[in-house]
Amino acid sequence: MANVKLTTLRKIVFSLAGVALMLFAGISFYRIRHLKEPVVLGPGVTQVKNLSDYFKGIKGTINDSYVYILEGEDSGGTVLVIGGTHPEEPASRLAAWIFTENAVLEQGKLLVILSANRSATTVTRLGGAYPSDYTIETPWGGQKFRMGDRWSNPLDQWPDPEVYIHFPSRQELAYIDIRNLNRTWPGRSNGTLTEKTCFAIIQLIKEENVDIAIDLHEAELQYPVISTIVAHQNGQDLAAMASMMISGMEGFDIGMENSPEALHGLSHREIGDHTSAISLLLEAPEPMLDATRGRTDRALLLEGKDEFIVKAGKHGLLFEKMDENGWPIDKRVGRHCSTILQIIELWSEEHQEKALIIKNVPRYTEIIAKGTGAFLHNPASAASNRIKYE
Amino acid sequence: MIISILYYLLTGYIALLIIWNLVKSKKWQEEILYIIILMPFLLRLFRLK
Repeated sequence: MANVKLTTLRKIVFSLAGVALMLFAGISFYRIRHLKEPVVLGPGVTQVKNLSDYFKGIKGTINDSYVYILEGEDSGGTVLVIGGTHPEEPASRLAAWIFTENAVLEQGKLLVILSANRSATTVTRLGGAYPSDYTIETPWGGQKFRMGDRWSNPLDQWPDPEVYIHFPSRQELAYIDIRNLNRTWPGRSNGTLTEKTCFAIIQLIKEENVDIAIDLHEAELQYPVISTIVAHQNGQDLAAMASMMISGMEGFDIGMENSPEALHGLSHREIGDHTSAISLLLEAPEPMLDATRGRTDRALLLEGKDEFIVKAGKHGLLFEKMDENGWPIDKRVGRHCSTILQIIELWSEEHQEKALIIKNVPRYTEIIAKGTGAFLHNPASAASNRIKYE
Repeated sequence: MIISILYYLLTGYIALLIIWNLVKSKKWQEEILYIIILMPFLLRLFRLK
């Protein structure tokens, strides 16, 4: 009898310890899923829409993301900047953030999405020991962002299939990529959440008559498609010109790659194939994504320094330079900002009637000199109707 | 959506089996093991991760 009581007591103690551990983890997961990221609407923002304004089928889901619309007084062309396709590539969201909070348009229309796959911002890589968030220092304090992952949160789309057949090409892709926003273009109206998100953005591109769609990314240094503009064949001339101009004028080098015609699901292929927009994808170097990295912490995410990747470079395993200075976030954000501006300026020179004139967006050298945080605005000193939360 | 609901039901069923094994177990090492493997099932059922 005493033995039974002792066993029961032991089970209760173990169970309580388990509940305590689960609470500790669960509260952390809950907090990161519900962390509010403030966006101070810059002077150029004239409207904020949702993706459901373009495709009703996404209304009420976590991916009914905001679309920030910046308009000039004079009509011109329309450019879409897509940030947060892969939220664990933070320079993509931060560059889009800088455009939203700072850009002033004199001509044309700029559409910016900060969290193209908002679901993926609410989870980190399962088993990857990723930090759940990171903080960008600003003159008014730190602004915290969700770290995110490459794939939609399984809480929003689950289970994954054994085999993922891409729509409409019927190409077989990795099963997990059915939750990868950059493997589900052009999407479909009755598909998974990730496919519906792509479908909504395609509807946006068609409805807004977007001339250029720019999808922002970061890549590991052991991946050959890095520090480059990947261009659909409809944007090859523009990308090649931008590559030359940037390498000559902006203080950094960027290459240009052709979008493979037989590789499906990616924005640079499918947006160009399924809409009239020029489709470009930008890649900046992010050492944290490399498989041979050391400790995966906030410092690596923001400073981009890692001795193991430096060593990999010494063995000729990298496709981008890597030294002890690393690839800090300001460099990566600056690359994206300058590349977008150069693309728009070159487009505008060639298409006067569809030009965009954008002011007040910092370029590469300015972002490195002042830091990314210098271009994020304090929500505490903004009017409440000029703040949105991602 | 239907498949997703079925997976949640399966998760709940497996969680109940683990709890049943925990109650019936006589070895303390097994009890700890059951509690550890139960956590991800409960976290998914509670929609936390």
